[in-house]
Amino acid sequence: MSENSNTPLITVENLVKHYGGRRGPISWATGKPPINIRALNGVSFEVRRGETLGLIGESGCGKSTLGRALLRLHEPTSGKVVFDGTEVTALKPDALKAMRRHMQIIFQDPYASLNPRRTVADIIGLPLMLHGLAANRREMRDKVAAIMDKVGLKTNHLDRYPHQFSGGQRQRIGIARALISNPQFIVCDEPVSALDVSIQAQIIELLTGLKRDMGLTYLFVSHDISVIGYLSDRVAVMYLGEIVEMGPVETVLSNPRHPYTQSLMSAVPDVDHPGKHQRVRLTGDLPSPQSPPPGCKFHTRCPLATDLCRVEAPPRHDLGDGHTASCHLIDDNVSILR
Amino acid sequence: MTVADDAAAPAMAADQGKSLFKRNLENFAENRLALASAVLVLIFVLMAIFAPWIAPHDPNETDLFRRLQPPGWMPGGEWSYLLGCDGLGRDILSRIIYGSRISIFIGTAVILVATTIGIVAGLAAGYLRGWVDIAISRLVDILLGFPYLIFAIGLMAMMGPGLFNIILALAYKEWVIPCRVVRGETLAVRELEYVEAARAIGASRFHIMLREIMPNILSPVIVVSTIRMADVIILEASLSFLGLGVQPPTASWGSMVADGRAFILEAWWVSTFPGLAILLLVLVINVASQGLRDAFDPRFNE
Amino acid sequence: MTTMPATPLLQVQGLRTVFETRAGRVFAVDGVDVTVNPGECLGVVGESGSGKSVTFSSVMGLVRAPGRIASGSIRFEGRDLRALSPPDMRKIRGRDIAMTMQDALTALNPALTVGEQILEVLYAHDETLPEGRIMARRRAARAKAVEMLELVGIASAGDRLQYYPHEFSGGMRQRIMIAIALACRPKLLIADEPTTALDVTIQAQVLELIADIRVRLGMSVVLITHDLGVVSEYCDRVMVMYAGQVVEEGPTASVIQNPQHPYTRGLLQSIPRLSLRGQKIKPIEGQVPDLIDLPPQCRFYSRCSERLDACMNRIDMRELGDKRRARCIRLPEVKA
Repeated sequence: MSENSNTPLITVENLVKHYGGRRGPISWATGKPPINIRALNGVSFEVRRGETLGLIGESGCGKSTLGRALLRLHEPTSGKVVFDGTEVTALKPDALKAMRRHMQIIFQDPYASLNPRRTVADIIGLPLMLHGLAANRREMRDKVAAIMDKVGLKTNHLDRYPHQFSGGQRQRIGIARALISNPQFIVCDEPVSALDVSIQAQIIELLTGLKRDMGLTYLFVSHDISVIGYLSDRVAVMYLGEIVEMGPVETVLSNPRHPYTQSLMSAVPDVDHPGKHQRVRLTGDLPSPQSPPPGCKFHTRCPLATDLCRVEAPPRHDLGDGHTASCHLIDDNVSILR
Repeated sequence: MTVADDAAAPAMAADQGKSLFKRNLENFAENRLALASAVLVLIFVLMAIFAPWIAPHDPNETDLFRRLQPPGWMPGGEWSYLLGCDGLGRDILSRIIYGSRISIFIGTAVILVATTIGIVAGLAAGYLRGWVDIAISRLVDILLGFPYLIFAIGLMAMMGPGLFNIILALAYKEWVIPCRVVRGETLAVRELEYVEAARAIGASRFHIMLREIMPNILSPVIVVSTIRMADVIILEASLSFLGLGVQPPTASWGSMVADGRAFILEAWWVSTFPGLAILLLVLVINVASQGLRDAFDPRFNE
Repeated sequence: MTTMPATPLLQVQGLRTVFETRAGRVFAVDGVDVTVNPGECLGVVGESGSGKSVTFSSVMGLVRAPGRIASGSIRFEGRDLRALSPPDMRKIRGRDIAMTMQDALTALNPALTVGEQILEVLYAHDETLPEGRIMARRRAARAKAVEMLELVGIASAGDRLQYYPHEFSGGMRQRIMIAIALACRPKLLIADEPTTALDVTIQAQVLELIADIRVRLGMSVVLITHDLGVVSEYCDRVMVMYAGQVVEEGPTASVIQNPQHPYTRGLLQSIPRLSLRGQKIKPIEGQVPDLIDLPPQCRFYSRCSERLDACMNRIDMRELGDKRRARCIRLPEVKA
């Protein structure tokens, strides 16, 4: 699936995103307690040209924040993002705006992601207008029609409003909008989670087809492990703002080495082989992102936690073939499954 | 996350190409009471516009022989001076017709000015946040603390009478009301994904405020503003009643009511008819704008 | 798996629920038969517009204008629920049949503490609470509430009674809803999409909880979901619904390994499965049809790859043997 280029398309170094922290005079005056949510805690990875990198994790793990921080939709607190040789995190606003042509995002909610007061033509054509990619209105409409056709929408619906479309069709509109500026990279933020099962399949096929035809690179964020397993080349597993395991999707999903990944995989119901997994029950509740545990973030729920785990954050171990996992017990090849 | 309803869309095919605005308008038209009130408002407006052609007499023409002449159906009255005459013998009906110009003009002007300022301030406060929001919100809070009429009286006393000054005095505080509505709506809308999508495409803050957010907050603002128009008309009438509004001989309903106070027992018609005019106009504006709210407010709709 | 007893716990026949909308009449449920036996878990699978939720809202008597039950019989333990007066129906609702909703945040009253909401149900239905003396009654009810919260796995239940719904996580709220539903030990639990909004590990916890309680209390469960994986793991029988009708029904393993109706087959082929990685998924083309004024023909017609002209007529359910039924004329009928 990856193209033969060796340089990664995107390199992320130690990306950190904290919310809150500084207390303004008003919150001091009104006595509001400071919120300090560590959504991303130093994430480093790369995205290779032409691949689909899946990002899985549960609520609060920071996967949505990561996608947006990459695009600087949420400004990272610190860290570096390099896109195709350019350091995105260092760009000034004008240069950043120009960069946006190349990196786009598809949202989860097909209802909230389209402005109800604009026509489909306006919504999809906005990138063209903003980046000067269409000389006049006629050209804009032609290009919009072309992309609508590509995503499976009827071109005579150009002047309709979002409320006249079904959920699946709206998602296609969102996809068209992301594609029209001919980007290289797209963050897909749970693009099928809000859709009916049979429509999910249509959109999944659409996304894989478009990737092939247009030579795109995807960061595919989802909580649905089966979907990630189906369309990703590599996958990264996140927990409380950190990547705990990463590697080729076959390897990570069928032979997970990090205890958290192991517990995740044991919880996924299998349509064809019900009751096959041994269920791993995690103890305790998910810690609050405001006060993450010291040492290994997972130690409060890990049945294998040792004293070292409680104190020291685990290093990233290379397990060969691009498979990495951050766990102190990795060398002992333990499994959380008894 | 609830699953999207794919089955509903084909049913909407009936609403081919209709914008949200048009659908809301149709909803409004189905409310007969509101529609009738809207028609009456229109009649008042037309009356104001075509006053010179409609009014039977010159509103400022005094005739001391007709001083306090009763309305046409009472003994001593004449049908050509249908509602009687005031203390200076001026035809009350004509003065009411001309007075509608003042009420409607001032009401409209104040609301237009206030709404424009309010939208700009509210959008800036709601979207830009930070110091802009703090400054504007505090200003709004302070202005809201002042009692409306006293404030207007104070301003008028400082600025002196005159049409322009009245509009200013009333707009001075009026803008905070649409501003608060706009700010609240903006705060809600700015979190929606289509605004984030516009940012992701590289839209400027100006574009987002004007093209993405504003069209979606106009509905509640229009509704609030039309409701406020009635209040402004009453305020203008109050100011005129107190002698701080438009100066004589210009007819304003409020000053007409004031003029008739001295004769309230012998010649009740001098105060009563202008008072009824105020009542009727304010009533139909209120009913029409309630209907507007029911038709346009998404909380009552979908 | 359970054996077929004499009387089913819930027997719905020919249910039709209609909604009068401005655009026309929508039969959200159009001729649905449901059977739930004591102690079994029935999975109800369907997408938007399938009528799966409305079917069971109708059973609970919760359908309100502009919707109403047009025809059909609903029998619970032999009693005709449609013939009951509102007060009698209220006795059944919450006590004998309980329902949980998909979105726990909106289904729980945000202004009442969790304890108060469980107590509500107990006061309404529980006849084992001591009569008369208020304090004794309250203490007994409170003790039961704590018991319920512990049953669903909420730690420090005694303290947690005072918390408000928004102070809990999504998974815990769902469990609280289950606690409220089970407070009076119902015979039938209808769980409407209990795990759709939850993470996969929490989903597993909630479903295991339901399965566990089901065994302990001998309760029947109807699990409404769109997730075939969940159905496969937890349900004895499954019922597939499409556009207001039941299109296939039977023992879960049998239906999943050998689907007979084109829609069921299409669904199974269109979901990505970890065990089938490498095999392409095949989406079902098209969309659910407009439910307004549907003509009497197969509703899956427009999306079916195996359609015939004969499918343009009214299609009834066919017995296929081995307790399986499906609504497709291409299937061989077995005389029951």
